[in-house]
Amino acid sequence: MANEKIPALEVRHITKRFPGVIANQDVNLKLYPGEILGLLGENGAGKTTLMNIIYGLYHPTEGEILVRGQPVVMHSPKDAIALGIGMVHQHFQLVPVMTVAENVMLGSETVRNGFLDVGAVAQRIHELSSRYNLDVDPYALVEDLPVGVRQRVEIVKTLYRQAEILILDEPTAVLTPQEIQGLFQIMNLLKEQGKSIIFITHKLKEVLQVADRIAVLRQGKVVGEADPKTATQASLAAMMVGREVILTVDKKPAQPGPVILEIDGLTARNDLGEPALREVSLSVRAGEILGVAGVQGNGQTELVEVLTGLRPALGGRIAIQGKEMTNASPRRITEEGPSCHVPEDRHAYGMVSSYSVAHNLVLNTYYLPPFAQGITVNESAIVEHAQRLVAEYDVRTPSVLTPASSLSGGNQQKMVVAREFSRPVKLLIAAQPTRGIDVGSIEFIHNQIVAKRDEEVAVLLVSYELDEIMALSDRIAVMYKGQIIDVLPREEATREKLGLLMAGVHPDEAAAST
Amino acid sequence: MSRKRVWKTSSIVSMVVAVGLVAMAILVNTTSLSQHTWLRVLFGVSAMNFALRATVPLVLGALSGILCERSGIINIGIEGMMLAGAFAGFVVKVATNGWPLGLSLMAGVLAAILIGGVMGLLHATLSIRYRMDQIISGTIIIILAAGFTAYLFDRDAVAEGKFVAMPIPGLSKIPVLGEVLFNNPPLTYLALILVVVLHVALFHTRWGLRTRACGEHPRAADTVGINVNRYRYMNTTLGGMMAGLAGGFLVLEAVGQFQEGMTAGRGFISLAAMIFGNWMPFGALGASALFGYTQALQNELLLAGVVNVPRHFISMLPYVVTIVAVSGFVGRVRPPAAEGKVYETESSA
Repeated sequence: MANEKIPALEVRHITKRFPGVIANQDVNLKLYPGEILGLLGENGAGKTTLMNIIYGLYHPTEGEILVRGQPVVMHSPKDAIALGIGMVHQHFQLVPVMTVAENVMLGSETVRNGFLDVGAVAQRIHELSSRYNLDVDPYALVEDLPVGVRQRVEIVKTLYRQAEILILDEPTAVLTPQEIQGLFQIMNLLKEQGKSIIFITHKLKEVLQVADRIAVLRQGKVVGEADPKTATQASLAAMMVGREVILTVDKKPAQPGPVILEIDGLTARNDLGEPALREVSLSVRAGEILGVAGVQGNGQTELVEVLTGLRPALGGRIAIQGKEMTNASPRRITEEGPSCHVPEDRHAYGMVSSYSVAHNLVLNTYYLPPFAQGITVNESAIVEHAQRLVAEYDVRTPSVLTPASSLSGGNQQKMVVAREFSRPVKLLIAAQPTRGIDVGSIEFIHNQIVAKRDEEVAVLLVSYELDEIMALSDRIAVMYKGQIIDVLPREEATREKLGLLMAGVHPDEAAAST
Repeated sequence: MSRKRVWKTSSIVSMVVAVGLVAMAILVNTTSLSQHTWLRVLFGVSAMNFALRATVPLVLGALSGILCERSGIINIGIEGMMLAGAFAGFVVKVATNGWPLGLSLMAGVLAAILIGGVMGLLHATLSIRYRMDQIISGTIIIILAAGFTAYLFDRDAVAEGKFVAMPIPGLSKIPVLGEVLFNNPPLTYLALILVVVLHVALFHTRWGLRTRACGEHPRAADTVGINVNRYRYMNTTLGGMMAGLAGGFLVLEAVGQFQEGMTAGRGFISLAAMIFGNWMPFGALGASALFGYTQALQNELLLAGVVNVPRHFISMLPYVVTIVAVSGFVGRVRPPAAEGKVYETESSA
């Protein structure tokens, strides 16, 4: 399939230096028409820098870029767009208050008699929608659209500008399993129509599923290419990290102790005022991991928020170690549980980006000795504490005084984990603990979670990644439309069973159909 | 209540109120109701005219704010730009007192716009190139204008003549409405026209779409090849010109002379009008009209010799209404999402 002689895109000897760091070193890659090239690498490996160079956002320090065999120099994304290169960023570049049509035409507006011709744009969007199976409503406001649809808008944006080369940066990080399959169908359709796609991802399974060729970046260099037909997750992970990576979690059977977390008949509403939790009842014992599976949007976010004191419970009871904790404040839940929480969205709830690593590591203990004495803060104690944790939890940072925003996603998450796990607790609530982070960090965090379980901590794990749930959980609860539709022991849970439950098929019906 | 609901409700309410006001105005002025002092104060033609005159600098100031803020630059220095424009207009008018009146006034207006534009450019440079906090840079503009206009002002200078009413033939004969709306000096018409122009430009042209993107999500604009900072420079300078025009109006159409500090807080009330109007030209017009109306009431009450309400309370009226209006709407209106933040393009790396 990908045997055209002239590559659609080629980069030769690309090197990019920033003050103090070499982000890309002597990178050589070819991309042929009608193929999907998977680009793998840990956070900080240089993938995004390379893509920004291809898209004209950065200038390479050395090296050249060739499009359809001709060397090109790009000064800005405008040049890249003119050459047929389109990019779908990991963090969507859509203006929420504008409509789909306005977003799509931004920068390449169709104008009639001096005024914007929204009708013509909507027409073109309809054409693209039907041709590539990318259903979007041109007149919808982006802020009203779910994440999967917003991504389609981003793809339409690139096709609207006649992109032949599409760069997709971590497109599946925000999608549900069904949406991911939908995206792959679209990608295959685009490929069949002769487009070339660079698919940047961390997810080994996905790249094996959809890519025609795989290139692996590590520390700014291309360390090798792989053929998806022969490579395995393990071989790819080893290339990415530079050492053997154990992808399955090695754990001893659970030894559950007394019930630590008791939830009975919990009801709550979401931000729009709709019912999010409908009489949820669960219990988690010390020394076990209860995984809550389900498609995003079935109440998992609200469940964690209620349990951590961030959302009011309108009915029901929560008890931790027998103590009444319904609608208790986050501080009380943290101190008296005692409990810790690794939040779903580390940027919004897990850390303060502009604070140093050291300060982030005392976000919930800053007022306690030795970090505080009376009204003053003891900076040296904080720094010392931070240095200890950073070493113990392998948080890669130039210093503990570096702002957290400078760390890669994986290291930010390890920092949050370091803060939460280093306190003595009986309950751990982890929501999407490995979202958007690299394979090496995922391995580390999974091991940490299991270690906590073995310290007789009760672990409530919420994740949209079925693999993660199945790797870590001792028991699995499935949430559907705000209710726990079933709870099964891990031994009885298969992907098929869980998939049916996640889609709302009741266990009796599920049993009947298997 | 969600933002959209509040905005929709208040738009409907304000339209009902406006229609009611017009109806009352017609009634009071054409029937014997004009005998009642209070009704005359509230709905008389004199009040309406005064309200419109008071609205003009406010709406021009609000349009200035909208231009800047929609592209992402917070501009609290409208007061200073207005004052500088007023002064420039005055100086040029005095210098050209010997010219034919029309030409002299035009020169004054152009000077006002020009100086306003220069102040706008200064604000943009401080905010963008020097990454100064935009509130501070706006404050600098205000203090700078207050200082240099007071210092350079020659109290003996007299401007001879100002813009007079230009009735629109036919339309100005309509009872009540004609006298108020269609019998005005040119800058008043210009202000109303500019509201429409800005609305159409912001929401129906390429320039408007890109400007709004720069104010809402500059990175998105950058990634499609829009030069965010260029739009911000351009819009802030245009905003300065608009504020300068407001100042020119004060000197060349409203008062006829310059006085130190004559803007008297209008720049700030314009900001309130901009916020209350949800950063939309027509919203700002409605809000400015409300505040202008309260200024008119203040005047009418004094003229009508109403003595049982203390004079100072009457003077407070416009400002109190401003506070009440804006505080009621804080959190329910939505400023451009990226305003006030310095935008660093990745390509500057």
